[in-house]
Amino acid sequence: PVKTLLQNDDLRNLSLSGHVGFDSLPDQLVNKSTSQGFCFNILCVGETGIGKSTLMDTLFNTKFESEPATHNEPGVRLKARSYELQESNVRLKLTIVDTVGFGDQINKDESYKPIVEYIDAQFEAYLQEELKIKRSLFNYHDTRIHACLYFIAPTGHSLKSLDLVTMKKLDSKVNIIPIIAKADTIAKNELHKFKSKIMSELVSNGVQIYQFPTDEETVAEINATMSVHLPFAVVGSTEEVKIGNKMAKARQYPWGVVQVENENHCDFVKLREMLIRVNMEDLREQTHSRHYELYRRCKLEEMGFKDTDPDSKPFSLQETYEAKRNEFLGELQKKEDEMRQMFVMRVKEKEAELKEAEKDLHEKFDHLKRTHQEEKKKVEDKKKELEEELNNFQKKKAAAQLLQSQAQQAGSQQTKKDKDKKK
Amino acid sequence: QLFGYVGIEAVLEQMKIKTMKMGFEFNIMVVGQSGLGKSTMVNTLFKSKVSPKSSQPGQEGRIPQTVQLQSITHVIEEKGVKMKLTVTDTPGFGDQINNENCWDPIIKYINEQYERYLREEILIARKRKIPDTRVHGCVYFVPPTGHWLRPLDLEFMRRLSKIVNVVPVIAKADTLTLEERAEFKQRIQEDLKTHAISVYPQEDFDQDPDDRALNDRIREKIPFAVVGADQEHQVNGKRVLGRKTKWGIIEGE
Repeated sequence: PVKTLLQNDDLRNLSLSGHVGFDSLPDQLVNKSTSQGFCFNILCVGETGIGKSTLMDTLFNTKFESEPATHNEPGVRLKARSYELQESNVRLKLTIVDTVGFGDQINKDESYKPIVEYIDAQFEAYLQEELKIKRSLFNYHDTRIHACLYFIAPTGHSLKSLDLVTMKKLDSKVNIIPIIAKADTIAKNELHKFKSKIMSELVSNGVQIYQFPTDEETVAEINATMSVHLPFAVVGSTEEVKIGNKMAKARQYPWGVVQVENENHCDFVKLREMLIRVNMEDLREQTHSRHYELYRRCKLEEMGFKDTDPDSKPFSLQETYEAKRNEFLGELQKKEDEMRQMFVMRVKEKEAELKEAEKDLHEKFDHLKRTHQEEKKKVEDKKKELEEELNNFQKKKAAAQLLQSQAQQAGSQQTKKDKDKKK
Repeated sequence: QLFGYVGIEAVLEQMKIKTMKMGFEFNIMVVGQSGLGKSTMVNTLFKSKVSPKSSQPGQEGRIPQTVQLQSITHVIEEKGVKMKLTVTDTPGFGDQINNENCWDPIIKYINEQYERYLREEILIARKRKIPDTRVHGCVYFVPPTGHWLRPLDLEFMRRLSKIVNVVPVIAKADTLTLEERAEFKQRIQEDLKTHAISVYPQEDFDQDPDDRALNDRIREKIPFAVVGADQEHQVNGKRVLGRKTKWGIIEGE
């Protein structure tokens, strides 16, 4: 018998008398991740022409090739593109998902649906991999959306109803970071009013946007100060303009230059800090431990799995699996039996048919045989008759010949007698 | 292709902070006959009194009739990294006259931990961080006979290397001279190869050429010949951990 004694249930803290070396554990973990590479997936939701692609180019300091979309898309569709970026020893597998055609239709009732479906599909793919028996999660290419940048049009008034509806549908599935696009069209005083209006509307409608984490001392302060500026008013630009004696990313207007990285001009730097430099890992973790878990729970409950049975004794997924499996196998067996029965019946029927046919054939054959025999008899009878006739004829012929020869003899004797007489 | 600094590498630091906050769990198991110095070795490794030594007077010095598993858990911290260390000891292993199937309780224990983890993982409403009691490594103590691996050693390592990372060590290596040690290691390596026992680090899990090169160097030295020492002595004015004998001081490190 095995006895497992767990001494010290309340964990004791031991003090070390020297350097052991397990302080390298975080580094080991990090090194493993760097060799495998990181996945980060951003979803950009916003109307056509609002500046999604430009902002992505600006954020990642590169040129993702894409042509601007047209405005006559029949519905919303999602276009995902993956890129591999490398900075020092970090390999990032970045996927940018774009909502093409969002906000262009006349009837926008169904606009949010393709987006929700896409997000769910990525969760589903991960769940399927996780549920596999032979699975390879450690090198699974994670396609789940880690951050959703929602582009708000710079009207200066308030959120559009489409925005509210869409964000409400997405807030329990993905980390939403709302941003005001093309912020260079809003004056400074209007911007402040616009931001507060948006935030209050979000709160009053119960939309859960991504909260920058404040529980970790190293990032609490910066996250708290940044949160105040939500939603970030951003300007994107990949063109450089000469400012003073440096080149900087900016937009040049006849009335001045809007510098992208100038915090007085727009919140681009804040967005970059928050999204990439401070909270990228937290965004990934929240996606996995909150949004994905919620999806998984709902999906499994929908499929009929439970954690506790009616007597509230915990039963395992395994037992449910077994039960369902047996059920399924039972059904399979039943179907198999049915098919077998049907098959047997058909065979019997066919057999009967064939027997009938065989009988028919036999009868026909017998009939034919009889007929043949009759014919044969007839022919033989005829043959006999003919033979008799022939015999008779031969006899007659013989008799006739005899008479003829006798008559000739008699005739020749007569001539001889006549000759003798003449002498 | 980036045209300027983006700041992606900050994610490494973020990850490090997160893992440090979560803490680590490490579970090792020590297997070997009594008297081979298992508890001393664990104490030396972690530089603290992790396991109570059974040779101390007053402890229950009797060898159990069957293999029992005893787990002790401690929390140790170093430079901000918290680790929950669990050491599972296996008194009674290999100590009986008839040692048949003495590995069964151990295999059962290891599988039970896997089962426990699986149960937690497939719950619908599962915990954010599943408590990990799975055995991460099993240190197997080979007595320093100097000859070959005994049938018990081979049987055990063969069965266990299929379900857990087995690290074989030569216990009380101070009873072997350096030449004897080298020969012993060589024979053990051949033995392991002949019986197709793959110990940690397993060749199948080498991830890339760098990994393989590093692991090959480690594999050359397997099994490690160790000397457990948890008492301090003075050597050349320095304090070292070692064993003091009449013919000299063996330094553990």
